[in-house]
Amino acid sequence: MVSPAPKIAVENLRLSYGHKEVLHGIAFTVAPREILGVIGPAQSGKTSLLRCINRTVEFTPGAVMTGTVRVDGEDVMRVPDVYALRRKIGMVAPLPVGLPLTIYDNVAFAPRCAGVTDPAELDARVERCLRQAALWEEVKDRLDTLGTKLSGGQQQRLTIARALSHDPEILCLDEFSIAIDPVTTMRIEDVLKELRAHVTILLVTNLTQQARRLADRTMFLWNGNIVEIGPTEEVFSDHPKDRRTFEYVNGIFG
Amino acid sequence: MNPPTFTATPHVLRKLRRERVAALALSGMVLAMVLPLFAILAYLFVKGAPLINWAFLVTNPTDGMRAGGIWSALVGTVYLVVIALLVAAPIGVLCAVYLNEYARESWLTRLINLAVVNLAGVPSIVHALFGLGAFVLFAGLGRSILAASLTLAIMTLPVIIASTKEALNAVPVSFREACWNVGASRWQTIWRVVLPNSISGILTGVILQVSRTAGETAPIMFTGAVFFKKVADGALFPYALTDQCMALSMHLYTVTTQVNNAPEALPYAIAVVLLGAVLLVNATAIIVRSYLRSRKKW
Repeated sequence: MVSPAPKIAVENLRLSYGHKEVLHGIAFTVAPREILGVIGPAQSGKTSLLRCINRTVEFTPGAVMTGTVRVDGEDVMRVPDVYALRRKIGMVAPLPVGLPLTIYDNVAFAPRCAGVTDPAELDARVERCLRQAALWEEVKDRLDTLGTKLSGGQQQRLTIARALSHDPEILCLDEFSIAIDPVTTMRIEDVLKELRAHVTILLVTNLTQQARRLADRTMFLWNGNIVEIGPTEEVFSDHPKDRRTFEYVNGIFG
Repeated sequence: MNPPTFTATPHVLRKLRRERVAALALSGMVLAMVLPLFAILAYLFVKGAPLINWAFLVTNPTDGMRAGGIWSALVGTVYLVVIALLVAAPIGVLCAVYLNEYARESWLTRLINLAVVNLAGVPSIVHALFGLGAFVLFAGLGRSILAASLTLAIMTLPVIIASTKEALNAVPVSFREACWNVGASRWQTIWRVVLPNSISGILTGVILQVSRTAGETAPIMFTGAVFFKKVADGALFPYALTDQCMALSMHLYTVTTQVNNAPEALPYAIAVVLLGAVLLVNATAIIVRSYLRSRKKW
């Protein structure tokens, strides 16, 4: 069905923390420049899934991951340079994390870690990413104040700017809108629509309508299993393949 | 008519009464701690003050330690503390960084952490015996400033490790995750985000050890401190590392227990100088810390 080589291919992915298995052998693919919405109630493994894709799950003691996750055909467990893999993937956490650095340094952090030192290039990147995250106009005159002094919503946009600062080909958004107001959410959703021209997006969200607005396909993850994955209009239609999808989307359970 | 906002129900009254009792009891405890402290300080100072002057600080003891000053002991203590911390601080801090940031959870790291915690509780006399065996005899350093400092360093290491780990743990995990997510290595994360934000806590832990090392008598008694040694009055670097030296804590012990007919004020004067030196270091620490805190970023 998907003709181009998939950007992300997950096969039989199992993840356990200690004795507790949280992902029970799931498989799916994401096509290049596709927005895949991931919906599902709390504790269904959405965040764990993202952490498997950029391999930060390995920082959790006791986490055991089996199966394969391929990004651009490369098994993430075997990539020679895991840092390059992580730079290929922009990750936005649910709660904003302004690093205790200046606004400028927050955004320049990733390029600097990747070895970019040219000030002109850093300046350009910082401005571009802050503009993309719809934050530039608010902070352009105080780039040297601390990122942690910003309001929650601004910090979340700063987090998004940071996730874009290393030119990711994949953007993973983990419930990015729970800490920001609806107007800003809509502005960022507009940004995502622009980004889809050249970025693959994994949009984990609690707001099923957000997936409906943005996603090309939607995946319903529940208790570590994929209940259903398919074109968004089908998942949100009155007759999805699985009865539970209908019930979740329409707020009957979950 | 609106009901009054405050209704003195028995429940509310009980709550207010408890609040008052709690505040009273807790502030009473603070007084119980502060008053003796100030009483001790005042007592020491009043008793010791007549002897303290510049000449007392910068001259050697004379007359079988019954007269003269304390210079050789003062400078000896500075030697011991500085060298001990120069050894213990880098090792302890880096050790803690490894244990906290790199080490994976395993029986070995659990064992090491357990050892650190328990070593912090070992009495100083035991460290003294270890120092005597390891540095003085086995390593062949003899009784010297070096052997005594190393013994003090061994004694302070576990505490520095424990306090540094505390300081590192106070940096939220979310900061580290944010760094890892954008492709920073562990070291980049530690160097650029974790250390700058824990440095004030780390320094506090290290500097608190100054007072401890300066005050210890047992560990240096067996390993490098002597009853009496004459140095040039007021000389800044009178000792070589292989020399034995005098130390304030040891001197205080000697004067109070081994010397007959010492002036009554002398031990108090020594104690005041020892306390003064420690307070000076702590005050510096507080200034440095408040400067770093003002730059603290979240």
